[in-house]
Amino acid sequence: MSSWDKLVVHGLLLAGAMAWTGVLAAGESPRYGFGSALSETEISSWDIDVGPDGAGLPPGSGTAAQGEALYLAQCAACHGEFGEGVGRYPALLGTRASLVGERTRKTVGGYWPYATTLWDYINRAMPFGNAQSLSPDQVYALTAYVLALNEIVAEDAVLDAHTLPAVRMPNRDCFVVAKGPDIKAAACMHDCAVPVKVVGRAARLDGATVGE
Amino acid sequence: MAVFCAHGSLVMSKLSDSKPNRRGRRRFLRASLLGSLGAALTGKSMAGDQPLEVPSWTRHPGPGVGNTPYGVPSPFEKNVVRRILPWMSASRESSVSFTPLQDLHGIITPSGLHFERHHAGVPAIDPAAHVLAIHGMVERPLKFTLEDLQRFPAVSRVHFIECAGNGALEQHGAQLNGLQFTHGMLSCSEWTGVPLKLLLAEAGLRPTAKWLLAEGADAAAMARSFPVDKALDDALIAYGQNGEMLRPEQGYPLRLVLPGWEGVANVKWLRRIEVGDRPWEMREETATYTDLLPSGKARQFTFVQEAKSVITSPCPEKPLRHKGPVIVTGLAWSGEGRVKRVDVSFDGGRNWQPAKLKGPILSKALTRFEIPWEWHGQEALLQSRTIDETGYVQPSYQQLRALRGTNSMYHNNAIQTWQVRANGEVDNVQLG
Repeated sequence: MSSWDKLVVHGLLLAGAMAWTGVLAAGESPRYGFGSALSETEISSWDIDVGPDGAGLPPGSGTAAQGEALYLAQCAACHGEFGEGVGRYPALLGTRASLVGERTRKTVGGYWPYATTLWDYINRAMPFGNAQSLSPDQVYALTAYVLALNEIVAEDAVLDAHTLPAVRMPNRDCFVVAKGPDIKAAACMHDCAVPVKVVGRAARLDGATVGE
Repeated sequence: MAVFCAHGSLVMSKLSDSKPNRRGRRRFLRASLLGSLGAALTGKSMAGDQPLEVPSWTRHPGPGVGNTPYGVPSPFEKNVVRRILPWMSASRESSVSFTPLQDLHGIITPSGLHFERHHAGVPAIDPAAHVLAIHGMVERPLKFTLEDLQRFPAVSRVHFIECAGNGALEQHGAQLNGLQFTHGMLSCSEWTGVPLKLLLAEAGLRPTAKWLLAEGADAAAMARSFPVDKALDDALIAYGQNGEMLRPEQGYPLRLVLPGWEGVANVKWLRRIEVGDRPWEMREETATYTDLLPSGKARQFTFVQEAKSVITSPCPEKPLRHKGPVIVTGLAWSGEGRVKRVDVSFDGGRNWQPAKLKGPILSKALTRFEIPWEWHGQEALLQSRTIDETGYVQPSYQQLRALRGTNSMYHNNAIQTWQVRANGEVDNVQLG
């Protein structure tokens, strides 16, 4: 090996060592260099999420009137003509009154804290069985229709990337982020003062074997 | 190999030496045809003072190697299967199947019995056509093929996954008379994959990074937000389950594993992770998987599956059949770490005794416990209660309902009561 070669090898080793320690200093884990660059085009083709601030909402717009025919054609079979829900499919229509009492119901109108979530969910997962088939205008129109059913926006309100995040959902302030366990129980060992009367008994074992 | 070959040739020479006659062939055929009766005959002879039968399978070799290139359970175990509640959901594509905890041993759930919860069915993903994209508040947006991910040093960890809705129906009162349905949205596997923090180091987290979004490639594009602290702690991008690739029902070829956190956050068929500075408020973290309180307020981002336990034998599916000594056994787990203790009560929670924890006792994994008991036909109310290494004590239904009412639905970790009746049958009951 010539001295020139030795110098190159030495230099490469040194550069390698510097890169290694440099990366380690910046973060806890070493870098391996596996994986490949993700282009803007690739990102935009999959990046469908919409945040509560409206980030991610595409250009386009829609009104309840524009959404009605589409709703009846693509949504009403499961969610009902008026958003009341068919069978065990979710109801879209409701108010906060259904959040208390014996039988509660969580509906778009009564429970969902953000209108952007409705746009995001219709866009990513609806209609069930043909997801990600709607255009942005159609998703805005369906979002407007469901919000208008719930009397949260007016029939003629135009929803777009600016107006949708500004829609204030009735239940917006009723969510509390969990911080640690809510229940603090003690482990009594003897003569514990607990009720031991049977007050409820399971009515049935009601399952089917998968594939039956 | 030498021994095997010698044995093989021995058998061959025996076969060739024996001169099969009509009678021998008839006996062989009869034994084969009546093979299914062997068990019954054996059972009969075992019951009385008779010589033990030499069953057909002891006399004649069964199928050779390679008969089942991928082995399946014995046909006699055909009842050990996932089950569903057909009336529970609108469609099977968005529903749940339950693990038969009553039939399992140890702490590992066979991959084919891991409970299922899908939001839009099981996608049939070609791993060669699947990539994991990481982008957002990172220096270098990256995509990883499965091959890329398998180049990283792998870690294998045993963790339970429990659906947040496990036991949801029971919060209103005792509903379903079977352990499989009261607790079967619970499974435990050895997961193998790449720590998410390694991938985030490749991409380079920006200082503004606070939350991540994980999204599946299924037809619900099921997506959940989770905080960066968890991503840098023990989050795993798993491709392996119990020594083989993930099952399709469990996210093949990639799933996010957030140890100890509610099942839905362990996003299956993972295709994308976006890094941001606030949660995305997805449907599955607002409209669902939030815990509605009696006040009308709801708890959100209730990620941790807090400490819980249940007796798996006896249970409604496994009644007591013998008087005398009984080994009562069950499972305990905590999303906060290791199980520290399990207490068992035979009188509805008035008095408790510590059970024996059977190893291994792993963090955020199922832990098996047992306790000896004498049963002489007396009625009894069996309960188990676990305490984890943080000191958290599993609550009673009274304690849970005092804070959460009966409609919070998710994260029901209350103490289960099994009533043992005089005839040994076991019922799911609640006390008050």
